[in-house]
Amino acid sequence: MAVANVSAHDVSNHDHHDHEHKDNFITKYIFSTDHKMIAKQYLISGMFWAFIGGLLSVLFRLQLGFPEMDLSFLRPILGGWIDSAGKLDPNFYLALVTMHGTIMVFFVLTAGLSGTFSNFLIPLQIGARDMASGFMNMLSYWFFFISGVIMFASLFLEKGPAAGGWVVYPPLSALEQAIPGSGLGMTLWLIAMTFFIASSLMGGINYITTVINLRTKGMSFSRLPLTIWAFFLTAVIGLLSFPVLFSAALLLVFDRSFGTSFYLSDIYIGGEALPNTGGSAVLYQHLFWFLGHPEVYIVLLPALGITSEVIATNSRKPIFGYKAMIISMLGITILSFVVWAHHMFVSGMNPFLGSIFMFLTLIIAVPSAVKVFNYLTTLWRGNLRFTPGMLFSIGLVSFFISGGLTGIFLGNSAIDIQLHDTYFVVAHFHLVMGAASFFGMMAGVYHWFPKMFGRMMDEKLGHVHFWLTFVGVYMVFFPMHYIGIAGFPRRYYSWTNFSFTDMYTDLNMFVSVASIITFVAQFIFIFNFFYSMYKGRKASLNPWQSNTLEWTTPLHPAHGNWPGEIPSVYRWPYDYSKPGAKEDFIPQTVPLSATPESNLPHENKLVQLEKEIMAEEGDVLVANETKES
Amino acid sequence: MEERLAFVEGAEQPLSMHPKKFALWLFIVSVVMVFAGMTSAYIVRQSEGNWLEFDLPNVFWYTSGIIVLSSLSMHWSYLAAKKDNFNTLKLGLLITTLLGISFLIGQWYSWEALVAEDVYFVGNPAGSFMYVFTGLHAFHLISGVIFLIIVLISSLRNKIHSQNLPQLEMCVTYWHFLGGLWLYLFMFLLLNH
Repeated sequence: MAVANVSAHDVSNHDHHDHEHKDNFITKYIFSTDHKMIAKQYLISGMFWAFIGGLLSVLFRLQLGFPEMDLSFLRPILGGWIDSAGKLDPNFYLALVTMHGTIMVFFVLTAGLSGTFSNFLIPLQIGARDMASGFMNMLSYWFFFISGVIMFASLFLEKGPAAGGWVVYPPLSALEQAIPGSGLGMTLWLIAMTFFIASSLMGGINYITTVINLRTKGMSFSRLPLTIWAFFLTAVIGLLSFPVLFSAALLLVFDRSFGTSFYLSDIYIGGEALPNTGGSAVLYQHLFWFLGHPEVYIVLLPALGITSEVIATNSRKPIFGYKAMIISMLGITILSFVVWAHHMFVSGMNPFLGSIFMFLTLIIAVPSAVKVFNYLTTLWRGNLRFTPGMLFSIGLVSFFISGGLTGIFLGNSAIDIQLHDTYFVVAHFHLVMGAASFFGMMAGVYHWFPKMFGRMMDEKLGHVHFWLTFVGVYMVFFPMHYIGIAGFPRRYYSWTNFSFTDMYTDLNMFVSVASIITFVAQFIFIFNFFYSMYKGRKASLNPWQSNTLEWTTPLHPAHGNWPGEIPSVYRWPYDYSKPGAKEDFIPQTVPLSATPESNLPHENKLVQLEKEIMAEEGDVLVANETKES
Repeated sequence: MEERLAFVEGAEQPLSMHPKKFALWLFIVSVVMVFAGMTSAYIVRQSEGNWLEFDLPNVFWYTSGIIVLSSLSMHWSYLAAKKDNFNTLKLGLLITTLLGISFLIGQWYSWEALVAEDVYFVGNPAGSFMYVFTGLHAFHLISGVIFLIIVLISSLRNKIHSQNLPQLEMCVTYWHFLGGLWLYLFMFLLLNH
């Protein structure tokens, strides 16, 4: 049985060493190995990409909502992409939707969400000085940064960035003569994604290693906050699925640049046959969606973890069904690997195989529903405090319910024949992934801002931001269910050639207006975020009166988090409003022996047993027990 | 006494492993997933027909033998390190490195053999996959050889001894993994080509 041996020795050496090292500007802010600084780097980058991704969506919503509008006023930023008649170039439209998807899914909701909160919270909430490898952590951020630079540069190419949809299916993405975006733009997309995958894998390996090996005394798995469970399982999903995306992309690189035929076969261009034979485009789809489906859970699970924490803290109640929450997350993790072909129901695969994937997809709704039920029952009769973080968490639950319900329809292979590649799908995933995860990210920022920056964000502005965004998102995506059922295809530049789409022209205009208002509302948050960082009200040590370990560090924790010894943990993090307790919360660091008034019978037995053992061995009380704050 | 200690209130140090060694195992998992994806793709594609059949280069038998030998020499080095037999350790690491390089040379000959039977990277996917499998594996093996050389240099500087084994242990783990991965790939190709 392996026990911490040499590693404990190493870690304690690391302890003493760290307090003395002096940072210069470069090592403190740029190539920092402090997980808190890296988290902030990810957060700022994520916010930057959210702005770009949102801006791209406003641009294509202008086209969709106002197809006759003269867009010449956009020439200063879009240049030649607005033609002489003031119309948006149709090829650039495809590039806009492709880059919007790529940026939002990968850069904002994977790197920006996981990168920020896994990095920030894991060491703080498990009681570690830092991640297992600060160096690898720093590398993971800078690989992400390089990936971002390359992707950003591709936006400015003459032929435009990648334009085959964020899924970049071959043959469209494999042949540079297919569309302008399949040339250099696609090549840069692949290079950027290679760096991105490397970054994610490095991050994920770090998170898993840290959660398993660097927990403080007493922090058993059943005492971990649900945030950590979520980040841990997210990293496991990423570790198993990103390498397969790498394989898919590598074979695509070979087809594009070396003339292989993994995906390409029987293609005629201008009457001439390409030499490739024997390829299978569906093979790409299988490899891509083997990552693609788990990816959406990588996007979702951290947000669910954050919501568990924020709702429990602001309801002053333990999360309802802690064990069920863990088992549900485990269930989601495992099932997420066996449902990928529900994205391929209409690809021509064997319908029987379709039925198998349908069955598994419907099952995955169950653990998700369990989590929703638990959020609602945690809120029920709670002593609710509507902080902005709480509002965004409740908003997440709302979006997750609406979006989740439509997932059940789409999971049925029969109705999916009608709904595949329509706006019904767009509505579904934006609600359940875009809005829910985005709201989780917002909730996390509002809730942990005091810990990150030592100040409070403005609460009133937070409320305004929440309501505008919450209503705005529903106004944007709810109508899409209707137009989707009516048959509006996704990724289409315009529908003016079809008469059946005339009935919804006004609705499309409404959606575009709503999207512009929602986008503008985000600037309230941006202002609040940066202003509060410097001028916000100074925070107290534990402004939300939360039980978890991060609130036991100083207001501005240094590299190493705790100035003295790392606290030990004696209880789970959800002792809120425990009957008999002096206050409505009991931090994890408070031993059972210090709270006889609220201990449950079995807890009192443990205290008794410990006293007997200590009396037998003539021990003194463990140091931390005497340091109760 | 043991069962009562299990009930001691809270604060037990959780079970843990050397973090960097654990991280290496996770990296190994991610590499396994790359090859799992690739070999699945091979099977899926093969079932669709239009599949070129050809003989596997015979040199694979020799390179497989070389890599097994290299794992043996690696293990021999590790045992030597545990007993502080520094000369044996250095010799073993050197032998393993040379065997690793021989493996790579042998794999290059396998590509020559494929070309000789008209199987190219560009062409029928059956051939393309051969090059991808051997190429990706060789790429990782090169990283293994680099790691070996770093450890060899460490041993020449007398940094590796019975009280400082983690770096060597990580190299051993990775090296055996690379050998096992090759044997999996070879067996897979034998059964499926």
